Amino acid sequence: MVPLSWYLALAAALFCVGVYGVLARKNAVAILMSIELMLNAVNINLVAFWHYLTPQVPSGQMFTMIVLTVAASEAAVGLALIISIYRRRNTVIAEEIDLMKW
Amino acid sequence: MTSNQIIFLITAAATLGAALYVVTARNLVHAALALIATFFGVAIIFVLLQAGFLAAAQVVLYIGAIAILIIFAIMLTRRVMQDTGPQTNRIWGVAAGLSLITFSALLASFRLVPSLQQVTPAAQPSADQVIKSLGFAFVDPNQYLLPFELASVLLLIALIGSIVIAADRK
Repeated sequence: MVPLSWYLALAAALFCVGVYGVLARKNAVAILMSIELMLNAVNINLVAFWHYLTPQVPSGQMFTMIVLTVAASEAAVGLALIISIYRRRNTVIAEEIDLMKW
Repeated sequence: MTSNQIIFLITAAATLGAALYVVTARNLVHAALALIATFFGVAIIFVLLQAGFLAAAQVVLYIGAIAILIIFAIMLTRRVMQDTGPQTNRIWGVAAGLSLITFSALLASFRLVPSLQQVTPAAQPSADQVIKSLGFAFVDPNQYLLPFELASVLLLIALIGSIVIAADRK
Protein backbone atom coordinates (compact mmCIF):
# COMPACT_ATOMS: atom_id res chain seq x y z
CA MET A 1 0.00 0.00 0.00
CA VAL A 2 1.29 3.43 -0.93
CA PRO A 3 1.03 5.99 1.90
CA LEU A 4 -1.12 9.04 1.24
CA SER A 5 1.80 11.36 1.96
CA TRP A 6 3.71 9.97 -1.05
CA TYR A 7 0.95 11.10 -3.38
CA LEU A 8 0.83 14.49 -1.68
CA ALA A 9 4.62 14.84 -1.99
CA LEU A 10 4.46 13.98 -5.71
CA ALA A 11 1.68 16.51 -6.24
CA ALA A 12 3.60 19.18 -4.29
CA ALA A 13 6.74 18.55 -6.36
CA LEU A 14 4.79 18.68 -9.64
CA PHE A 15 3.06 21.89 -8.53
CA CYS A 16 6.37 23.56 -7.65
CA VAL A 17 7.89 22.56 -10.99
CA GLY A 18 4.87 24.25 -12.59
CA VAL A 19 5.35 27.37 -10.42
CA TYR A 20 8.97 27.60 -11.55
CA GLY A 21 7.91 27.24 -15.19
CA VAL A 22 5.26 29.96 -14.94
CA LEU A 23 7.66 32.40 -13.28
CA ALA A 24 10.80 31.69 -15.28
CA ARG A 25 9.85 30.81 -18.87
CA LYS A 26 9.84 33.49 -21.52
CA ASN A 27 7.62 31.86 -24.11
CA ALA A 28 3.91 32.30 -23.48
CA VAL A 29 3.11 28.79 -24.76
CA ALA A 30 5.63 27.36 -22.27
CA ILE A 31 3.91 29.31 -19.48
CA LEU A 32 0.59 27.72 -20.48
CA MET A 33 2.23 24.26 -20.42
CA SER A 34 3.47 24.94 -16.87
CA ILE A 35 -0.06 25.94 -15.83
CA GLU A 36 -1.26 22.56 -17.11
CA LEU A 37 1.39 20.90 -14.90
CA MET A 38 0.03 22.75 -11.86
CA LEU A 39 -3.56 21.73 -12.67
CA ASN A 40 -2.42 18.11 -12.95
CA ALA A 41 -0.81 18.32 -9.52
CA VAL A 42 -4.09 19.57 -8.06
CA ASN A 43 -5.90 16.66 -9.73
CA ILE A 44 -3.52 14.14 -8.13
CA ASN A 45 -4.27 15.68 -4.72
CA LEU A 46 -8.04 15.55 -5.25
CA VAL A 47 -8.04 11.93 -6.43
CA ALA A 48 -5.66 10.84 -3.65
CA PHE A 49 -7.85 12.34 -0.94
CA TRP A 50 -10.94 10.82 -2.60
CA HIS A 51 -9.30 7.38 -2.65
CA TYR A 52 -8.11 7.48 0.95
CA LEU A 53 -10.91 9.32 2.73
CA THR A 54 -14.26 9.11 0.89
CA PRO A 55 -14.24 6.42 -1.81
CA GLN A 56 -18.00 5.90 -1.42
CA VAL A 57 -18.86 9.48 -2.40
CA PRO A 58 -18.10 10.52 -6.00
CA SER A 59 -17.37 14.17 -5.10
CA GLY A 60 -13.58 13.86 -5.39
CA GLN A 61 -13.78 12.51 -8.93
CA MET A 62 -16.42 15.13 -9.74
CA PHE A 63 -14.10 17.97 -8.70
CA THR A 64 -11.39 16.46 -10.86
CA MET A 65 -13.72 16.32 -13.86
CA ILE A 66 -14.59 20.00 -13.37
CA VAL A 67 -10.88 20.86 -13.14
CA LEU A 68 -10.30 18.90 -16.38
CA THR A 69 -13.09 20.88 -18.10
CA VAL A 70 -11.75 24.21 -16.89
CA ALA A 71 -8.24 23.20 -17.97
CA ALA A 72 -9.50 22.39 -21.47
CA SER A 73 -11.31 25.73 -21.80
CA GLU A 74 -8.34 27.58 -20.37
CA ALA A 75 -5.96 25.95 -22.85
CA ALA A 76 -8.27 26.73 -25.80
CA VAL A 77 -8.80 30.40 -24.88
CA GLY A 78 -5.18 30.93 -23.81
CA LEU A 79 -3.75 29.51 -27.00
CA ALA A 80 -6.24 31.53 -29.07
CA LEU A 81 -5.03 34.67 -27.28
CA ILE A 82 -1.40 33.76 -27.94
CA ILE A 83 -2.07 33.16 -31.64
CA SER A 84 -3.96 36.44 -31.88
CA ILE A 85 -1.12 38.35 -30.18
CA TYR A 86 1.39 36.64 -32.46
CA ARG A 87 -0.57 37.82 -35.52
CA ARG A 88 -0.71 41.43 -34.38
CA ARG A 89 2.65 41.92 -32.70
CA ASN A 90 4.72 39.04 -34.09
CA THR A 91 5.93 37.86 -30.68
CA VAL A 92 5.10 35.18 -28.13
CA ILE A 93 7.61 36.36 -25.51
CA ALA A 94 5.71 37.37 -22.41
CA GLU A 95 8.06 40.26 -21.59
CA GLU A 96 7.47 41.93 -24.95
CA ILE A 97 3.70 41.91 -24.56
CA ASP A 98 3.73 45.11 -22.50
CA LEU A 99 1.06 47.25 -24.14
CA MET A 100 -0.84 47.62 -20.86
CA LYS A 101 2.27 48.01 -18.68
CA TRP A 102 2.05 51.11 -16.52
CA MET B 1 8.01 -2.76 -0.28
CA THR B 2 4.98 -3.87 -2.21
CA SER B 3 4.64 -3.94 -5.97
CA ASN B 4 2.29 -0.95 -5.85
CA GLN B 5 4.95 1.09 -4.10
CA ILE B 6 7.56 0.15 -6.68
CA ILE B 7 5.20 1.09 -9.53
CA PHE B 8 4.40 4.36 -7.77
CA LEU B 9 8.06 5.27 -7.27
CA ILE B 10 9.00 4.51 -10.90
CA THR B 11 6.00 6.44 -12.23
CA ALA B 12 6.59 9.37 -9.89
CA ALA B 13 10.26 9.59 -10.89
CA ALA B 14 9.40 9.46 -14.60
CA THR B 15 6.61 12.02 -14.19
CA LEU B 16 8.79 14.46 -12.27
CA GLY B 17 11.69 14.01 -14.69
CA ALA B 18 9.42 14.72 -17.66
CA ALA B 19 7.91 17.72 -15.84
CA LEU B 20 11.39 19.13 -15.15
CA TYR B 21 12.23 18.69 -18.83
CA VAL B 22 9.04 20.58 -19.76
CA VAL B 23 10.14 23.67 -17.84
CA THR B 24 13.82 23.54 -18.81
CA ALA B 25 13.87 22.31 -22.42
CA ARG B 26 15.23 24.73 -25.00
CA ASN B 27 13.25 23.19 -27.85
CA LEU B 28 9.54 23.77 -27.29
CA VAL B 29 8.42 20.78 -29.36
CA HIS B 30 10.51 18.52 -27.13
CA ALA B 31 8.95 20.22 -24.11
CA ALA B 32 5.48 19.46 -25.48
CA LEU B 33 6.40 15.79 -25.96
CA ALA B 34 7.70 15.67 -22.37
CA LEU B 35 4.40 17.25 -21.31
CA ILE B 36 2.58 14.31 -22.93
CA ALA B 37 4.81 11.94 -20.94
CA THR B 38 3.91 13.84 -17.75
CA PHE B 39 0.18 13.56 -18.51
CA PHE B 40 0.61 9.84 -19.10
CA GLY B 41 2.42 9.44 -15.78
CA VAL B 42 -0.44 11.22 -14.02
CA ALA B 43 -2.88 8.84 -15.75
CA ILE B 44 -0.91 5.89 -14.31
CA ILE B 45 -1.13 7.52 -10.86
CA PHE B 46 -4.91 7.70 -11.33
CA VAL B 47 -4.98 3.98 -12.15
CA LEU B 48 -3.00 3.29 -8.96
CA LEU B 49 -5.65 5.28 -7.08
CA GLN B 50 -8.37 3.12 -8.66
CA ALA B 51 -9.89 5.99 -10.59
CA GLY B 52 -10.08 4.25 -13.96
CA PHE B 53 -12.58 6.64 -15.51
CA LEU B 54 -10.39 9.63 -14.67
CA ALA B 55 -7.34 7.87 -16.11
CA ALA B 56 -9.20 7.37 -19.40
CA ALA B 57 -10.46 10.97 -19.31
CA GLN B 58 -6.90 12.14 -18.64
CA VAL B 59 -5.57 10.29 -21.68
CA VAL B 60 -8.41 11.40 -23.97
CA LEU B 61 -8.68 15.02 -22.78
CA TYR B 62 -5.15 15.97 -21.87
CA ILE B 63 -3.12 13.93 -24.32
CA GLY B 64 -5.74 13.82 -27.06
CA ALA B 65 -6.94 17.41 -26.94
CA ILE B 66 -4.85 19.80 -24.85
CA ALA B 67 -1.42 18.48 -25.85
CA ILE B 68 -2.38 18.54 -29.55
CA LEU B 69 -3.66 22.13 -29.16
CA ILE B 70 -0.38 23.13 -27.54
CA ILE B 71 1.68 21.49 -30.27
CA PHE B 72 -0.39 23.32 -32.89
CA ALA B 73 0.16 26.62 -31.09
CA ILE B 74 3.91 25.96 -30.94
CA MET B 75 4.04 25.23 -34.65
CA LEU B 76 1.94 28.30 -35.52
CA THR B 77 4.13 30.65 -33.47
CA ARG B 78 7.51 29.08 -34.06
CA ARG B 79 9.23 31.58 -36.33
CA VAL B 80 10.07 34.12 -33.62
CA MET B 81 11.62 31.75 -31.11
CA GLN B 82 14.31 29.94 -33.03
CA ASP B 83 15.32 27.87 -29.99
CA THR B 84 18.41 30.00 -29.54
CA GLY B 85 19.30 32.26 -26.68
CA PRO B 86 18.07 31.83 -23.14
CA GLN B 87 14.56 30.47 -22.71
CA THR B 88 14.25 31.88 -19.21
CA ASN B 89 13.89 35.48 -18.09
CA ARG B 90 16.05 37.43 -15.67
CA ILE B 91 14.33 36.30 -12.48
CA TRP B 92 14.72 32.56 -13.04
CA GLY B 93 16.91 32.26 -9.94
CA VAL B 94 14.25 33.92 -7.81
CA ALA B 95 11.63 31.66 -9.40
CA ALA B 96 13.68 28.52 -8.62
CA GLY B 97 14.22 29.64 -5.03
CA LEU B 98 10.56 30.49 -4.58
CA SER B 99 9.36 27.15 -5.89
CA LEU B 100 11.92 25.28 -3.73
CA ILE B 101 10.73 27.21 -0.66
CA THR B 102 7.11 26.41 -1.55
CA PHE B 103 7.98 22.74 -1.94
CA SER B 104 9.78 22.48 1.39
CA ALA B 105 6.99 24.41 3.11
CA LEU B 106 4.43 21.98 1.70
CA LEU B 107 6.53 18.99 2.81
CA ALA B 108 6.97 20.50 6.27
CA SER B 109 3.25 21.13 6.55
CA PHE B 110 2.63 17.38 6.19
CA ARG B 111 4.24 16.96 9.62
CA LEU B 112 1.74 19.38 11.14
CA VAL B 113 -1.05 16.92 10.33
CA PRO B 114 -0.27 13.91 12.50
CA SER B 115 -3.26 11.93 11.25
CA LEU B 116 -1.81 12.03 7.71
CA GLN B 117 0.69 9.32 8.62
CA GLN B 118 -1.94 6.85 9.79
CA VAL B 119 -4.49 7.31 7.02
CA THR B 120 -5.32 3.99 5.42
CA PRO B 121 -7.60 3.66 2.42
CA ALA B 122 -11.23 3.35 3.44
CA ALA B 123 -13.13 0.26 2.32
CA GLN B 124 -13.08 0.38 -1.45
CA PRO B 125 -16.29 -0.07 -3.41
CA SER B 126 -15.82 -2.21 -6.51
CA ALA B 127 -14.74 -0.53 -9.74
CA ASP B 128 -18.19 -1.05 -11.29
CA GLN B 129 -19.77 0.59 -8.29
CA VAL B 130 -17.47 3.62 -8.55
CA ILE B 131 -18.26 4.19 -12.24
CA LYS B 132 -21.97 3.68 -11.62
CA SER B 133 -22.16 6.15 -8.75
CA LEU B 134 -20.12 8.67 -10.76
CA GLY B 135 -22.45 8.34 -13.74
CA PHE B 136 -25.56 8.74 -11.58
CA ALA B 137 -24.02 11.70 -9.76
CA PHE B 138 -23.54 13.51 -13.08
CA VAL B 139 -27.24 13.45 -13.94
CA ASP B 140 -28.84 13.46 -10.47
CA PRO B 141 -30.49 16.86 -9.77
CA ASN B 142 -29.75 16.37 -6.08
CA GLN B 143 -26.04 15.87 -6.72
CA TYR B 144 -24.04 17.32 -9.58
CA LEU B 145 -26.44 17.98 -12.45
CA LEU B 146 -25.98 21.76 -12.23
CA PRO B 147 -22.13 21.74 -12.23
CA PHE B 148 -22.24 19.22 -15.08
CA GLU B 149 -24.46 21.46 -17.20
CA LEU B 150 -22.44 24.54 -16.24
CA ALA B 151 -19.29 22.73 -17.37
CA SER B 152 -20.85 22.05 -20.78
CA VAL B 153 -21.93 25.72 -21.09
CA LEU B 154 -18.39 26.76 -20.10
CA LEU B 155 -16.94 24.53 -22.82
CA LEU B 156 -19.33 26.02 -25.39
CA ILE B 157 -18.38 29.57 -24.34
CA ALA B 158 -14.67 28.70 -24.52
CA LEU B 159 -15.20 27.17 -27.99
CA ILE B 160 -16.97 30.25 -29.36
CA GLY B 161 -14.63 32.62 -27.55
CA SER B 162 -11.44 31.04 -28.85
CA ILE B 163 -12.79 31.02 -32.42
CA VAL B 164 -13.68 34.71 -32.13
CA ILE B 165 -10.31 35.63 -30.59
CA ALA B 166 -8.15 33.64 -32.98
CA ALA B 167 -10.16 34.36 -36.15
CA ASP B 168 -8.23 36.24 -38.80
CA ARG B 169 -10.46 39.17 -39.80
CA LYS B 170 -9.02 41.12 -42.66
